[in-house]
Amino acid sequence: MAGGASSWSFEERDVQRIDRLLQGFLFDSNARCTLLVDRTGQLVTTAGEKPDFDTTAFASLAAADFSANDQLASMIGENEFSSLFHQGEKESMYLADVARRVILVVLFDNRTTLGMIRIKTKGVVRELAEIFREMFERSATAPAARMETGFAEEAEDEIDRLFGDL
Amino acid sequence: MSMINYASREINCKIVYYGPGLCGKTTNLEYIYEKVAPNTRGKLISLATETERTLFFDFLPVDLGAIRGFKTRFHLYTVPGQVYYNASRKLILKGVDGVVFVADSQVERLDANIESMHNLYENLAEYGLDLREIPFVIQYNKRDLPNISSLQELESQLNPNRVPYYEAVGVRGIGVFDTLKAVSKLVIKALS
Repeated sequence: MAGGASSWSFEERDVQRIDRLLQGFLFDSNARCTLLVDRTGQLVTTAGEKPDFDTTAFASLAAADFSANDQLASMIGENEFSSLFHQGEKESMYLADVARRVILVVLFDNRTTLGMIRIKTKGVVRELAEIFREMFERSATAPAARMETGFAEEAEDEIDRLFGDL
Repeated sequence: MSMINYASREINCKIVYYGPGLCGKTTNLEYIYEKVAPNTRGKLISLATETERTLFFDFLPVDLGAIRGFKTRFHLYTVPGQVYYNASRKLILKGVDGVVFVADSQVERLDANIESMHNLYENLAEYGLDLREIPFVIQYNKRDLPNISSLQELESQLNPNRVPYYEAVGVRGIGVFDTLKAVSKLVIKALS
């Protein structure tokens, strides 16, 4: 996009590859569901049980949580905390960094253990990182993603319609 | 950094409301939340202190609906305005697609506005972004108060690049949607 901020885009085949990996991970680890969240707070995809909460809000908070902890890490002289664990009474979550651009969030309950989640996450993070690296390289060399002609006009009309008389 | 997801046919754009403490950033989001149709917005998330000062950010997703088959959504964020929250402020700017600077028009807040604007330039520079090159609008808020700087004064101090500006009274909603419309159109333009 204009202005120097780099955009990246997902294609059908990327999501299929990621989904296959996540399904395998869920089967092996017995976790309930996973969410992939980009570091800017946007939800990339989910797998497993359909979350019954607001995933958009969840993604923004998870990214903020991870970023805040990154800063804490650097203050104590660490490069990063590559993973975080939040323990609840019934539900817990484990967050792991993927290629410095994406966060894998794993939600699990007492059907599995933290140890199991940790071990299985390591493997899947390695494979996800490979996929994302390929995607980023592709985005970096490809011309910036542009929306088709007419998109901006239609979006502007919609903006006027939605916000016009408020 | 807008994210275009061709698989789920979604586009998400991040717009950040920036400005000094108590200038009315959260008020803007609250008014938007109140006024837009409930089916076009998500939950308003506020990470605030007990005295309702923004601690980390406020977050409000607004759906534009499907445009040419792409579900288009704006993620609106505010930053904490108080000077000592700079670490948090910087984090929120990550991946920003458009910025609204909310200035407090009161004479005694002019220096705070200027300081916050410098801080915005600095924080964006750390992400390799230049305010002159990304979608950016200014909102001069609190225009109903008695002791305010003239528009000319505010423009000369805060808007050397002559980006679009809007006068506002956030608590009454005046200018809130004009500002949002302007920045969201600029963000959309940058995508195409």
